Amino acid sequence: MKPPPFGYSRPETVEEAVSVLAGRDPDGKVLAGGQSLLPLLNMRLATPGHLVDINRLSELSHVRVADGHVVIGALARHAEVLADQDVARAQPLIGQALALVAHQVIRNRGTTVGSIVHADPSGEMTAVLALLGGSVLLVSTSGERIVHAHEFFLGPLESDVRPDELATQVHIPVLPARAGTAFAEVSRRHGDYAVCGVAVRAELDDADAVSRATAAYLSVAGTPLVLDLSDAGGDPAAAGRLARDRVSPGGDIHATAGYRKHLAGVLTERALADAIAAAKERSVG
Amino acid sequence: MASAELFSVRLTVNGVVHDIEVPSRRLLSDCLRHDLRLTGTHVGCEHGVCGACTVLVDGVAVRSCLLLAVSADGALITTVEGLTRQDGTLSPVQQAFADCHGLQCGFCTPGFLTAITAALEQNPVPTEEQAREIIGGNLCRCTGYQNIVKAVLRAAELRAAEVSAAEVSAGDQAGTA
Repeated sequence: MKPPPFGYSRPETVEEAVSVLAGRDPDGKVLAGGQSLLPLLNMRLATPGHLVDINRLSELSHVRVADGHVVIGALARHAEVLADQDVARAQPLIGQALALVAHQVIRNRGTTVGSIVHADPSGEMTAVLALLGGSVLLVSTSGERIVHAHEFFLGPLESDVRPDELATQVHIPVLPARAGTAFAEVSRRHGDYAVCGVAVRAELDDADAVSRATAAYLSVAGTPLVLDLSDAGGDPAAAGRLARDRVSPGGDIHATAGYRKHLAGVLTERALADAIAAAKERSVG
Repeated sequence: MASAELFSVRLTVNGVVHDIEVPSRRLLSDCLRHDLRLTGTHVGCEHGVCGACTVLVDGVAVRSCLLLAVSADGALITTVEGLTRQDGTLSPVQQAFADCHGLQCGFCTPGFLTAITAALEQNPVPTEEQAREIIGGNLCRCTGYQNIVKAVLRAAELRAAEVSAAEVSAGDQAGTA
């Protein structure tokens, strides 16, 4: 339960960090909050040759709302993003999801961008990025590129970040006026990985009828699964049935496939009802 | 070889400055216990689940088993040893655990004490539900948690009494000055 040996550098700038990563390619690994990486190292499930510790890159601690997006820097801790009132107003789904990410003490250190890059299929923020169509900014010595959420998650614990790249920030679209969101999940104990979870976004037309409903699921596939539930016409029970029929989760020691399907249906029904209520409240306010 | 390389690290633990040299893979939990001989911080699961190793880094509660000592270079750290006052009296959270029987074997207690101390700084008057949320990231296999929840609420009372006593005495001093 101790990490294997590794080389270590602690750059002071993004430029320096990507140059170290380029020199160590493909053996380098970025260390930010470490709340997923350190357990992997302690359990010897990962053995990177060289860690690039970005905790001195204070230029990446930013959390801001600008140009229709919430922008979260690579060093912003979950707890900081969760406490940000501008973010809560601009895109409530972020706070709804972050409140379910592990525990306060883990959120104090863990970073939101790190959790997205880690691409855990049980991760709440991966589902948020996928549902809202966010994007990740990747920087390397050869320049920058932006990868959209639908191309970012390649498989369980695998995202489209090359060994020489540093994810510097994510962009998540703000919520329009006549829309609402909700997050629901079931876990064995509060703060544990979700057995099944769903993030829902509902949009209303001028007559307060649901014009569009979408959902992203965690723990039912290798990557966040996004479904369009607009066909349910805003009926939460119908949307629940639709979701149950369209997910095909696997079974493991925590839950059978059938139980996960059942949960996907029930949680969709609850979350859609909450999202519609939130949308109505927002459109009044 | 990379593993043999040592890094100079300065840690200020409970007000005492330590300049040490550690390999990159040294966990902060092991650094505190082995290098600094501060064995009050306990190590349970070593993958962030049990919370026994919780310490305060720059005032924020974190898992010391999920933090490299070299990453903590320059930080101000408070361990359970640092909660007790200079004169040996217990802190409000420690006193509340004694008053409410918030421990049996005591293995998990250092992590609870540090996590609760930090949480009460942010939220000095928690509800019972919030008290449960505060201790949600710490495992205890003896108590069944009920007395720990009571201890959180009792600690908030003791802390409030201490804060208001300090304000009165500060007011007295301002009055005499």
